[in-house]
Amino acid sequence: MPQPRILILRAPGTNCDAETAYAFQCAGGQPQVLHLNQLLESPHLAAEYQILCLPGGFSYGDDVAAGRIFANQIRHHLSDVLATFREAGKLILGICNGFQVLIKSGLLDTDDSQGPVASLVWNNSGRFLDTWVRLRVDGNQCVFLAGTDRLFLPIAHAEGKFVARDQQVLDQLGAAGQLALRYDSAPGETEATNPNGSMADVAGMCDATGRVFGMMPHPERFIDPTQHPQWTRLAEEPEGEGLKLFRNAVGYFC
Amino acid sequence: MLWEIDVHPRASQTDHEALRVAAEAADLGIANNLGVRTARGFLVESPSLTADQAAQLADELFADALVEQPITAPAGDARLAEPPNKNGKLIHVLLKPGVMDPVALSAEAAARDFGFSLDAIRTLKKYWIDATDDQQLQTIGNRILANDAIEQVVVGPLPFDRLQLGSEYDFELKNIQLSGLDDRQLIELSRTGQLYLQLAEMQTIQRHFAELGREPTDVELETVAQTWSEHCSHKTLAGRIAYRDEQGERQFENMLKETIFAATQQLRSQWAQDDWCVSVFRDNAGVVRFDDTFNLAFKVETHNHPSALEPYGGANTGIGGVIRDTIGTGLGAKPICNTDVFCFALPDTPSDDLPPGVLPPKQVMRGVVSGVRDYGNRMGIPTVNGAVYFDQRYLGNPLVYCGNVGLIPHDKTFKEPQPGDLIVSVGGRTGRDGIHGATFSSAELTSESESLSGGAVQIGNAIEEKKVLDVLLAIRDRGLYTAITDCGAGGFSSAVGEMGEELGAEVWLDRAPVKYEGLSYTEVWISEAQERMVLSVPPESWDEVQSMCAAESVEATVLGKFVPTGRLVLKYQDTVVADVSMDFLHNGRPPVVREAVYEPAPAKPLIIPQRSDYTDDLLRILGAFNVASKQAIIRQYDHEVQGGSAIKPLVGAAMDGPGDAAVVRPLLDSRRGVVVSCGMNPHYGDLDTYHMATSAIDEAVRNCVAVGADPTRIAILDNFCWGDCENSATLGGLVRAAIACHDLSLVLETPFISGKDSLNNEFSYVDAQGDKQTIAIPPSLLISAMGQVDDVAQCVTMDLKAPGNLLYLVGETKDELGGSHFALVHRLSGGAVPTVNPQRAKQTFAALHATIRAGLVRSCHDLSEGGLAVAAAEMAFAGEIGAELELKTVPVGKSSLQAVARLFSESNTRFLCEVSEERADEFETQLAGIPCACVGRTVAQPQLTIKEAPGSEPLIDANLQDLKTIWQKPLDW
Repeated sequence: MPQPRILILRAPGTNCDAETAYAFQCAGGQPQVLHLNQLLESPHLAAEYQILCLPGGFSYGDDVAAGRIFANQIRHHLSDVLATFREAGKLILGICNGFQVLIKSGLLDTDDSQGPVASLVWNNSGRFLDTWVRLRVDGNQCVFLAGTDRLFLPIAHAEGKFVARDQQVLDQLGAAGQLALRYDSAPGETEATNPNGSMADVAGMCDATGRVFGMMPHPERFIDPTQHPQWTRLAEEPEGEGLKLFRNAVGYFC
Repeated sequence: MLWEIDVHPRASQTDHEALRVAAEAADLGIANNLGVRTARGFLVESPSLTADQAAQLADELFADALVEQPITAPAGDARLAEPPNKNGKLIHVLLKPGVMDPVALSAEAAARDFGFSLDAIRTLKKYWIDATDDQQLQTIGNRILANDAIEQVVVGPLPFDRLQLGSEYDFELKNIQLSGLDDRQLIELSRTGQLYLQLAEMQTIQRHFAELGREPTDVELETVAQTWSEHCSHKTLAGRIAYRDEQGERQFENMLKETIFAATQQLRSQWAQDDWCVSVFRDNAGVVRFDDTFNLAFKVETHNHPSALEPYGGANTGIGGVIRDTIGTGLGAKPICNTDVFCFALPDTPSDDLPPGVLPPKQVMRGVVSGVRDYGNRMGIPTVNGAVYFDQRYLGNPLVYCGNVGLIPHDKTFKEPQPGDLIVSVGGRTGRDGIHGATFSSAELTSESESLSGGAVQIGNAIEEKKVLDVLLAIRDRGLYTAITDCGAGGFSSAVGEMGEELGAEVWLDRAPVKYEGLSYTEVWISEAQERMVLSVPPESWDEVQSMCAAESVEATVLGKFVPTGRLVLKYQDTVVADVSMDFLHNGRPPVVREAVYEPAPAKPLIIPQRSDYTDDLLRILGAFNVASKQAIIRQYDHEVQGGSAIKPLVGAAMDGPGDAAVVRPLLDSRRGVVVSCGMNPHYGDLDTYHMATSAIDEAVRNCVAVGADPTRIAILDNFCWGDCENSATLGGLVRAAIACHDLSLVLETPFISGKDSLNNEFSYVDAQGDKQTIAIPPSLLISAMGQVDDVAQCVTMDLKAPGNLLYLVGETKDELGGSHFALVHRLSGGAVPTVNPQRAKQTFAALHATIRAGLVRSCHDLSEGGLAVAAAEMAFAGEIGAELELKTVPVGKSSLQAVARLFSESNTRFLCEVSEERADEFETQLAGIPCACVGRTVAQPQLTIKEAPGSEPLIDANLQDLKTIWQKPLDW
């Protein structure tokens, strides 16, 4: 199969599109960055791609709530075309603001008759935080996390606290293996270092198929080993840990 | 019909805004444990919105049902006022009409996307406060909830049931009578019209129009005032100065040109074909070569006056403005990183000690940091470097320096508008924002500035600027325009006036898109509304520019054209409202002539307390605000977006050590790096501004070199923030600093490529006794440095790496405790200020760089505030590796030196390096001829021990965790 094509969808305020495209390119994919206006004008363009990625940033300034306005545009104009995309066995990835958009747009299958059962809301600290976090993978549902059980990646967000409507919802999502990425504990510690107060230490979740995945940490910010915050203390590595996710996505079609 | 949709946090959720208000009320001594509940509100004006539709907006747009509870009702409905807490009294806070409200703009578009028709949305905040009485309620409203410069407080129900959307403008041409005015009347006109011109300038304008045989129109006078303002023309420093110091007299025709610029010009001609400067002191930013394809643009600006009145908006628009400077350099650079330096009064200043009109320093600091955070993060530009300095003299005049580095292709580095090109405005709409910002920032602040100049304070809309940036880079790459500049201070007046200086321009002011009705032609012309760029577009390219902008929802409008008439002609519909010659505008200003005198402060010895143990002194310095960790600020900035972060601002075993400089890779597929650092020490200026300046340069350069930058490729910027330069002694200190910049730049071969000054940083008020008091800031020269590295993998960080390594002190330690942090924490005055030996500094930087490049250095930290003791402590706790040092071997030149000076002296050009035993010989060989000695070694035990000699009693003995704790605590909020 030829190189899979990746649609990197940017909206006003998206700002991680270039490095996300580069990460897909390093993984052997063929990324293309497209403005949301173009897709709204010609929704059929989506069919030309195998992977849809919503990168990080501040779509529409995070005004009203992070990812909300972009998510509503998907709900109002693109839900059919993206449902078709998903049902065709293709992949969807949301990173940081992209995850906020995914979860608020219903693309992660988090709606029931009373509305969304999960969301991403303000960090417990009430402010933006840029730091690196240890992560562990829960289960083997998620295509993007295949063959990975620990990761070290940066986060940079203000509204990344995962909340579920109630314990029952949380248990169901967990049992279904959808709460695929969790904040992990530091070596020697038992409690996870949870940077934002997320329920069940959730850092990322996938849909029931494992093909749609949203995560708060930024894998595209750890492609080169010199992006590691402590690389001057470590033996030189050939590449950053984040690349693996993009390889998994591209490899899914090869 | 006006709907109000309130969004309350659900009972199970934290009300973050309420916590903030309660904490500030306690901080300010207004109330302890204040009961507060808050909500966000949206006023939606629509002729046709039904109750169901309003509820749908509440559920699907405004509130997140999992954590929030909406209340939707017609404005004025009692349900909206019902307190969520039992006894709370309601206060509304709204942005004043005309103030930028980005959330409202986004919400309008988002609500229309539901298919609903609506006129406007306005946001508000609601507070229910358990206040004891109305007086307390008002105090809380004015001091914590709202800033009068941009917001209004409404206690109780809202007094309106529709949103004001501006009213129609009736055109009327206004002339200003100058003829016949005497000197007193001219000065009065300059002041009341907020022109802030001097008498000689007013007289020149009067004569000019008398010769033309007519009165100026209001917009002509405004245009001249803006062009001649200190902020835009830098007339003081670029003017004639008669300078006198202890060495004699010197006459400058153009002070900056003959000092700082001259050094750069001399270096460029010396380097000849190896010249790596590309464009200096001419464009919005200085430009140097980076690699075979790209150049780097670098600019640092200040936004002090607006930040004093409205810290959030001032800092917000400060960073937004400097980003537009690099976007407006050449044909447009892509911003790749930000640097931000702030100066505040001590954050623990009791609120009773504040003069009238002054915001508490802690509130200023929080606002400034949030303003930079919210704009920089939204722009997707990493904020990688910064510093914060504290001094009580910044009380009424905080300093906010914002800087930006941009990447620009070689063939896009120069611009030239062509005759016949269209003048095109791109980006945000024009409103009444920032009227008189250019002239206002040139005036001294007073306790009444807040009410006088409210219009000069603004809020930015980062997403508008991000949209503009995205589309402009695409248009640039298609080669569709011949010149670009930003609308900064002075708005269109400044942008079009500068671009058309050599040509001439005709502008049709009625075509400018406005935010609301009612703007006069003059307001359109001088408005400093943010997020606007001006392009010069050949007519044949206009259609493509317009469609590319439309595709990304960016507004582009033809405002006029560049014409080879040498005149600036403004029209409103068919009427000419201004017609002035470009020559008069740009060359007609009478020369400013100033006296400058520098008298060196009388030498005064520093009386040093002698003791046998200095551990407590070290702890006090580490816990001083200037030295203490800035982690709580740094982590609010996204410093990794764009994916090129190589050396982060915080480094080490726990990612919390203070790095010397940041390194980024601007090109994802290249390892070539840009290094950004800064140097500043206002306290040295009290002793001698010459040595303050050379110390700042040395510090900025050594920070770059400490992480691995090539010292032959470091470019620097000057930003002078000074007091009132009509005072000859104040100006004298500045001229002396500029001479120092010239001298050291030449020897180090480190060119200045751009700079900016902000004068009149003084604050006046009337004290309780009825006397006028003035606080002038200390002389504050920020040097920002931009270095380069071939491969970021060659960089080093400051955290100790392993036990068993040797510690080398590079550079000579002198008895230079004057202005030091040791002196500061003990409130000692006098002493010798640190100096720089220029030749020695150049050799040291080159030799040290060679050792880093050769991979001989495991860690390296520059010695600055707190000297050797602080540097060793920071390296040790950042690396979680102990250190044992002996002072006996510290290189001290000829004379002997007390232990206290060896520990805490802040002598320049010094580094502490960790070197493995196997590489020690090589390291020493590379540094032959440079003062350098092994002063200790790293150890596994987490302890810092400093002794005079092996076997003697420790002078400093401290546990690393204790050192780190005291260093992290002061600003951890």
